[in-house]
This record gives sequence, C-alpha cells and structure tokens, in this order.
Amino acid sequence: MRIFELCLLLGLIICALAVSFTKRLLTSIIIYMSYSSIMAVIWVILQSPDLAVTEAAVGAGVTSLLFFVTLKKIRAIKEENRDEQTEE
Amino acid sequence: MSRLKNNYENSRFHRFEAWMAGDTDILKGKLEIRRPEEPEEQEIELDETKINAAVYDMVHNRELRAFRILYRLASVILCLTLIAVLLWTVVYLPKFGEPDNPINNEVSARYIEKGVEETGATNFVTGMILDYRAFDTFGESCVLFIAATCVQVLLRLDDSGSREKQKKKRAEENDRIYEPKNDLILQKVSCVLVPLLFIFGIYIILNGHLSPGGGFSGGAVIGSGLILYLNAFGFKKTERFFTDRTFRRITLAALTFYCLAKSYSFFTGANHLESGIPLGTPGAILSSGLILPLNICVGLVVACTMYAFYTLFRKGGM
Repeated sequence: MRIFELCLLLGLIICALAVSFTKRLLTSIIIYMSYSSIMAVIWVILQSPDLAVTEAAVGAGVTSLLFFVTLKKIRAIKEENRDEQTEE
Repeated sequence: MSRLKNNYENSRFHRFEAWMAGDTDILKGKLEIRRPEEPEEQEIELDETKINAAVYDMVHNRELRAFRILYRLASVILCLTLIAVLLWTVVYLPKFGEPDNPINNEVSARYIEKGVEETGATNFVTGMILDYRAFDTFGESCVLFIAATCVQVLLRLDDSGSREKQKKKRAEENDRIYEPKNDLILQKVSCVLVPLLFIFGIYIILNGHLSPGGGFSGGAVIGSGLILYLNAFGFKKTERFFTDRTFRRITLAALTFYCLAKSYSFFTGANHLESGIPLGTPGAILSSGLILPLNICVGLVVACTMYAFYTLFRKGGM
C-alpha cells in the first residue's frame, strides 16, 4: 500500500511538471486530466471519498471539456474535415 | 406655391427649426473656416515577416538578447524562491495526524460527538456543510449561479443585425455542423453510460446524509452525464427538455427554497422556537430534517450550472 501511494504521488509530480513542459496544448489538457484522476485515487486513500467523486467529475470531466471547447473556439485544435470532404 | 415655400425657407423660424434639428450650421458663411491641411499619405509597406525578423533578430538586437536572458533568470529565481519559502513554511506545520494538533479542538470534537444527534445525518461531513455551516454552502451555490450568469454575459450571442447575418453567425457559432454527425460509437457508448451516470448522481445526492457524497458531487456527475448526452445526440434533442428557461427556473427555485428553508431553521434555532422539522431516525433515507431537500437543491443548481457552462462555451446560448 505504501509503495502504491508513493507511486501515485510520484505520478502526480510527473504530471504536474509535464503539463508545464509540453508544447502542445491538447496534450497538456490530457495530462491535466490524468493528474485529476490520480488525485481522485489519492483522495480515496486519504479517506475522503466524497472529494474523490467531485474531483473525478469536475477536475477530470467538466473542466477539461471546457478547455477542449475553448481550444476549439480559438482554433488551437485543427479541425479534421476528412469525413465531410469525402461526403461531398 | 413655390413662392410661399421660398418665403418659409428664408424665415427666421425655419432656420431656427433647422438649427434645432441639426440640419444647418447657423455660423455657416460667417466664420472663416479653413479646412485642415490633409497630411500627405505615405504608403507604408507592412511586411510582417520582415518586421518580425527585424524585431526578433537575436543576432544583432543586443537589447532583446539581454532582456531574454534576464527574463529567464528572473523567472527561475522567482520560482526557486517561491518553492523555498513554501517548503520552509511546511517545516513549521504540525505533523500530519497527531492527536494534539491545533485542528483537533472542541469544534471538531462537538461535530463528531453530537453531530448525529443534532443533525440526524450519519455522514457528518454533510451534516457539517448543510446544517452547521449551511450558509457557507448557500454562498457557494450562489457563486455557481453568478458564474453561469457572468459566462452568459460574456459569451452571449449578439442579437443585433439583419436576419441573414444572424443566421450566418449562429451557424458559425453552432460548431456542431462542422463535426461528423451521429457518431455511432459515441452514441452506443452513451446509451449505456448516460442512464448509469444519472442513476449514480441521483443516488449520491439522495444518500448524501448517509454515505459519502452530497449535492455538489452528485450534481457534477449528473452534469457530466448531460454533457455526454449532448455530445452524442446534439442540441436538438437536449433542447426538448433543457433550455434557457428551464435553467433559470430550476436554479432560481432551488436557490430560493434553500434560502427560505435555511433562514427558517436558523431563525427558529436562534430563538429557541420549535422548528417543527422532524429529524427522523439516523440511517433511514427520510431522516435528518432539511438536509435531504437542501442536498437536492444544491445538486440541481450544480448540474444545471455545469451543463449551462458547456452549452454557453459551445454555442453562446442554451
């Protein structure tokens, strides 16, 4: 259990560093999602499951979705229109 | 007829009227007005690549190079000092989990010893945030509502302009038309997942006073379920049950009920009146008085806000 905990904390630190060091915004959002998921597991270990549920739903779910939509709106993600092109 | 009109146009009253309407300048012809000399238009060539190359010329621009080096050095030093200060503070914190830490005072002792008896909630985290500190939670729910309103103010679509223009704008904003429609994998997965998410969220909300969870987490789960449903099936299907009006009505009703119910219970509690709200037996689902309805209110507000955020970001309206 101790080793598992240490692994999680290490993963947390690696994710936190990787978010700031990645060049692509999309990748950094996905790393941020994994950060939130790891954090949710840590909350369970720290015996606060209600926080874990909130972290998983808000941190990994809704917040990153909002980031995705924002990136799309500012045209930071290149849209793939291959499907529509083939239809036309 | 024409003569009459001429007379009128020369009359003082007409001139006054025209001056009032701003048609003529009364000083016209009486003041010497010189036109400002127009500056000679110089054609400036704006070659962005050239300008960029000149500005970011690292080889020749010595100032820029010095600034860059200084900037990096300063940021590194700032980061390191911040880390050092924070770690230095952590050293002085009491050890985690010691019995005689300052957090283990009479407040938490009271919550643990008398919480079940006074609030009726076996999960005394919920008992704390929805009974002892219910007004904090009320403020948080209001903050969520205000945040949704602010996003609406910032991202709302402008209704001005002709109908054609507006249609074009809406089509541009509603970016679903550029996406592959009816993604089969997403639809099949969401067919399985969405009901489970809804049931799980409702379970968390309704059991907030018995097991871990509560209004906020349950509401967030339901909100993400709504977003998944929206992504799979599009705005047309969600607009049948969730529009701007539903959002406003649900949020307003939930917040008003929360405010009135909690004000009533605080009023009766502070004045030693009979509150008349039965606490019930701890552990049963219909127990702990007001906590269950308040949990439902918070859950509704949170779910609506999450969904509203997403739709506002997506197309600037609900």
